[in-house]
Amino acid sequence: MTGVAVLTVVLVLAPLVAIFGYLVYRGLGSINWAFLTQTPKPVGESGGGMANAIVGSMLILGIASLIGVPFGVGAGIYLAEFGRNRFGSAIRFTADVLNGVPSIVIGIVAWSILVRGRGFSALAGGVALAIMMVPTICRTTEEMLLLVPQALREAAYGLGIPRWRTTLSITLRTATSGVITGIMLAFARVAGETAPLLFTALGNTFWSLRYDQPTAALPLQIYTYANSPYDDWHRQAWAGSFVLILLIVTSVAAVRYVVRRGTFGAA
Amino acid sequence: MPGPQPVEQTKVTSVSAQRAAPLLQASGGEVPDRIFKSAMTACGLAVIGVLVLIVYELVSGSGLSWHAFGFKFFGGSDWNPVSEQFGALPFIYGTLVSSLVALVIAVPLAVGVAVFTTEMCPKVLRGPLSFFVELLAAIPSVIYGLWAMFVLVPLLSGYVEPFLAKTFGWTGLFEGAPYGIGMLAAGIILAIMIVPIISSITREVLMVVPQHQREGVLALGATRWEMIRVGVLRNARAGIVGGVILGLGRALGETMAVTMVIGNRPEIAKSLFAPGYTMASVLANEFSEATGDVYLSALVEIGLALFLVTIIVNALAQLLVWTVTRGQPARGHA
Repeated sequence: MTGVAVLTVVLVLAPLVAIFGYLVYRGLGSINWAFLTQTPKPVGESGGGMANAIVGSMLILGIASLIGVPFGVGAGIYLAEFGRNRFGSAIRFTADVLNGVPSIVIGIVAWSILVRGRGFSALAGGVALAIMMVPTICRTTEEMLLLVPQALREAAYGLGIPRWRTTLSITLRTATSGVITGIMLAFARVAGETAPLLFTALGNTFWSLRYDQPTAALPLQIYTYANSPYDDWHRQAWAGSFVLILLIVTSVAAVRYVVRRGTFGAA
Repeated sequence: MPGPQPVEQTKVTSVSAQRAAPLLQASGGEVPDRIFKSAMTACGLAVIGVLVLIVYELVSGSGLSWHAFGFKFFGGSDWNPVSEQFGALPFIYGTLVSSLVALVIAVPLAVGVAVFTTEMCPKVLRGPLSFFVELLAAIPSVIYGLWAMFVLVPLLSGYVEPFLAKTFGWTGLFEGAPYGIGMLAAGIILAIMIVPIISSITREVLMVVPQHQREGVLALGATRWEMIRVGVLRNARAGIVGGVILGLGRALGETMAVTMVIGNRPEIAKSLFAPGYTMASVLANEFSEATGDVYLSALVEIGLALFLVTIIVNALAQLLVWTVTRGQPARGHA
């Protein structure tokens, strides 16, 4: 029976190895300077790149974080500090429900609120992703704040520090590294999301840095190119996937590194 | 975060009076406290608001289609935007079957991995192994789709499907031309995507099975395998089922990878080689191009159905996991 168990492990890890292997093999081989600096070429011409999609992804993710992080952390603070009641339980339950809503459904909702009658925009894409970030951030923030010893809060109250200062400057600060880990988890999850962007950000083959214009995004571009019949576009889809994975891993690693140094000795 | 942050070292217990002085100065009376509390409450309220908004938009958006077709919408299999006839049965069928195929493949693998990591493998390997399995959950869906299109599908059409057709063709499940693209490919890629969820929850559930259960069964003369079966798996049954249902919830709503390999044809076929279509896929493909109010409304109604099903499935799963872990929240779905 041990053999069977080992076999399952091998079967599960095989696709992982295969996917990463292919990503590196096909992706790394396809990246060149043009890919990182140029916009897509018209159909039929080879060459060109995804520079606008890389920047567009960052724009959309920036909007998403700008909206999602404050709301998520705020809701988490509410749950940890004031939420020992019915209303708190209702929020907890709602956050868990939201976490399970399929991303494409969130795309529909963002479309009907922000796109219908106005046109596709980076803002709509950002809002859709923000909705997906909030539940994760909210629940991890709560968990992390609850780990901070009660004595710490009491010590602060004892010094006459008001509750809001205690929460922001002492409780939240003590839990910083945990809270940021939660934020990065949410960020990494939405960074590769394609479905909610299909009819919110839509995609764009030109540069656009405006929040109210259709905007290219890396996952969207990968999807479009993968479905195309051209070999050169397939090549670029692999390169795009490699860049996307790299973007996710480095941003998560960078933030964690900074946080670990910033609060050294705390965690 | 606003304001000066005088607490440099977070060992606040050793904060001296001097360090605390700026905190005290900026204190104010009860008013800032009240403002702070209401701001945080507003954030919490926003979470509920978003869910209410989702329900409202889906319900109001699907009204037109609901009035036109009623319950027939879910029973009809004719999807024709030109004549404005909409029946969602092929999509419901495709979603259910692809998820079912995924579960059949993923559950034994995921439980096997969880049993191996908790009961058999050397302690040193335990951490890295679960890290690698969970790494599968971090890969974006569209990359799974890309890989499936260019690696999995050729593999299926070249080797796996001809083999299945020859060996199990008599069941009728593996008939027809082995194109690679179709229900089977969608099920396999979904299986790879939900293994990490199921295995991480199963692992958590197995870990809360008390040690003396294992020892007791071993003391009765059981072999290690009997111990795992009787002492561990049987005790953790409800939690494992919860993990499986959580995986199902994920599979039902998964969009991109499935859309890229399922073939996107609204047909109901018995063979797993045949192309199909799922609820999420039809939204991804047709929503931004839908012309006409009824067409759009029909798509929103599919979205509403998908939303309701995933919520019911997820709530059930949370409940089951909760009964085993006794209130420790089930993590690992990230």
